Amino acid sequence: MADQQTASPVVTTENGIALAVPPGFNIKRREGHTDEYFLNMGPQHPSTHGVLRLMLRMDGENVLEVVPHLGYIHRGLEKIGENQTYLQNIHLTDRLDYLSSFMNNLALCLTIEKAMGIGVPERGEYIRVMACELQRIQSHLLWWGVFGMDLGAITSFLYGFKEREMITDIFEEMCGARLTMNFFRPGGSFVDVPDTFIPRVKAVVEKMKTAIDEYDTLLTNNVIMHLRTKGIGVLSAEAALAYGCSGPVLRGSGVALDVRRSDPYSIYDRFDFDIPVGTVGDCFDRYKVRMEEMRQSIRILEQAVRYFPGGPHRSPRIANYKVPAGSHYSQVETARGLLGVYLEADGGPKPYRIKYRTPSFSNLSVLNDLAAGHKIADLVPIIATLDVVIPDIDR
Amino acid sequence: MEPLIDTSRYPVTNAIGDFIRASMPGPMAELTNIVLAVVSLLAVVGLTPVALIWMERKVAAHFQARLGPMRVGYHGLLQPLADGIKLIFKEVMKPEGADTFVFFLAPILSATASFMVLTVVPFDHHLQVTDVGGGVLYVIAVAGLGIMGVLLAGWSSNNKYSLLGAMRSGAQMISYEISLALLMLLIVLLSGTASLREIVFSQAGTVLDWWIFKFPLFGFVTFVLFLISSTAELNRAPFDMAEAESELTGGFSTEYSGISFAMFFLAEFVNMFVAAALTTTFFLGGFLAPQFGLAPLDRMLDAIPGFIWFFLKSYSVIFIYMWFRWTFPRPRVDQLMNLEWKILVPANFFLLLIAGFFVVMGWL
Repeated sequence: MADQQTASPVVTTENGIALAVPPGFNIKRREGHTDEYFLNMGPQHPSTHGVLRLMLRMDGENVLEVVPHLGYIHRGLEKIGENQTYLQNIHLTDRLDYLSSFMNNLALCLTIEKAMGIGVPERGEYIRVMACELQRIQSHLLWWGVFGMDLGAITSFLYGFKEREMITDIFEEMCGARLTMNFFRPGGSFVDVPDTFIPRVKAVVEKMKTAIDEYDTLLTNNVIMHLRTKGIGVLSAEAALAYGCSGPVLRGSGVALDVRRSDPYSIYDRFDFDIPVGTVGDCFDRYKVRMEEMRQSIRILEQAVRYFPGGPHRSPRIANYKVPAGSHYSQVETARGLLGVYLEADGGPKPYRIKYRTPSFSNLSVLNDLAAGHKIADLVPIIATLDVVIPDIDR
Repeated sequence: MEPLIDTSRYPVTNAIGDFIRASMPGPMAELTNIVLAVVSLLAVVGLTPVALIWMERKVAAHFQARLGPMRVGYHGLLQPLADGIKLIFKEVMKPEGADTFVFFLAPILSATASFMVLTVVPFDHHLQVTDVGGGVLYVIAVAGLGIMGVLLAGWSSNNKYSLLGAMRSGAQMISYEISLALLMLLIVLLSGTASLREIVFSQAGTVLDWWIFKFPLFGFVTFVLFLISSTAELNRAPFDMAEAESELTGGFSTEYSGISFAMFFLAEFVNMFVAAALTTTFFLGGFLAPQFGLAPLDRMLDAIPGFIWFFLKSYSVIFIYMWFRWTFPRPRVDQLMNLEWKILVPANFFLLLIAGFFVVMGWL
């Protein structure tokens, strides 16, 4: 982002000290005030959630400007993808947003299916929806735990992980992986779910119903938590749309945009669920939206469990997937927002160019607008409620 | 004013002290007694963190639905030892540009300050190093030294995060010192003495004579306010602004490693014990056994030595501190100041007023 500028300008302070300004800042000296200073936050910092690096312009405890620096975990997934077959590309999508790997797999599979006209059997669709919704809960649980920890309530981290572990175990049984799933294939999934799948999902649904109330008791209804999040990092609906935010960040600002509803993929149009929205757009609204989304995912799971059909889990495989030449696009709603896959195919077994439109990148870009003027302590819940996953930004 | 107790018999007013006084010439007995007292305090300072680290890890674990240390010794009892050995053998690093002398002085200062308060804490009828007439004043003065350690640590580390942490803790501890002092003053007003030992004796009688209950209703409010203020004074979560690991990575102690970090660690746990000991002394009858006005039961409770009661009560208070830490999120630094100046200080003045009224009317 900011690394484009090469020469750093120099400001001279009143007492004649030349101060190199890190790139990306528009520094102004103010009369009769304390000296501003720069603070480097990350890439190794407890609450930048991975390798996000922020340069902060500070005045005492107050944050005046935030400039994010990216690229610390850039792996060139899009370029690597050009040298891999379509099937080999699926496991690369796991590494985008590692907490939504099912949904990432799904996004690429949908693009290929749409381009090649591959159908998915009923059971395959149900497996997809259930895996995605389980993962949405799993991802939000991790976010909830880490959010509590960022506010200093370490106990919530362990509570979030307790239920998350149940879901992760289901995934482990399904596909052998706990994080990078590589599960879906064009036309369904690479194996069928085991017999224990439905009973275990039922157990998770039952457990989560009481667990979310427990979370509310532990954190949501805490007065310190309200003090720390209400009115902090307000994102207006206009700004959210202008920056291209999506997912809970956008819905927290009151825009009811959810790809599952606005552009239904798979069989989401058959399920009955609500899209929670916030009113103010502050950290607390984004928090509430995510908590409510977990409840809605449970509703979807309940319906899916009831109607889970038999039959084949995938349509007949094709030896070599060759997407017809042309541009293909499809999008899904991951736990973080809208993930779009734009595929430029030349008719061969490998994509000519593949582009992922990832939600975390757009969501991070509002950071300066939200954090400027707040205290450094507020920056932490702001980053946490934006819920950025750094590999999703850097790709 | 007549001294309330025979100060010539300090330090060590128990049988051991008397034995040494009887068997040695005067000055030598005094010296031996002082050495004995300091050594036993060192033992307390050395063992308290060991017990508290284990307790903290276990309490945290059980709050978080896990077991905590289980492998080193029975239920992880030797875990603090392993922690300590690890810290001792780690390299002590000093960041470039740090002020060497101050950088290494700060942890020692912190540990010393918490150690010094213990000299006036009455552990039992005859277990107290010295009983200063103005013990409460001494406690307030010495506790202030601990801030110096934190401030100097943050300033000398040559790290912006450390500096932010130190400034926060400076502001926080100085503010909360005020409400702590006001609350101690209230107890002095009620008990009519500033000596910690005499404050304990002013609570003699049944459980209802402890200041937490004796000062009707307000006693409990005072107790709660004292707990809040001392948590803030201790720099402990939820008021651990100076460390705030999610914001300032480690606050004032970011740059410390090995044994110099262990000193801060030690100071934190000894401070927690000191705060709990003071809470016990002021509100929970110190080393006095709880009496319920039932003769047979009271005699049984009274047969248990005072220092056991003292440690039992102190550790119960410490459990409350740990309960706080593992339940609450951390407020922001300005919200903490608001709490102090807009709520706690006025409330403390109000309580002081009420206490004065009670004393004047002779209702206590």
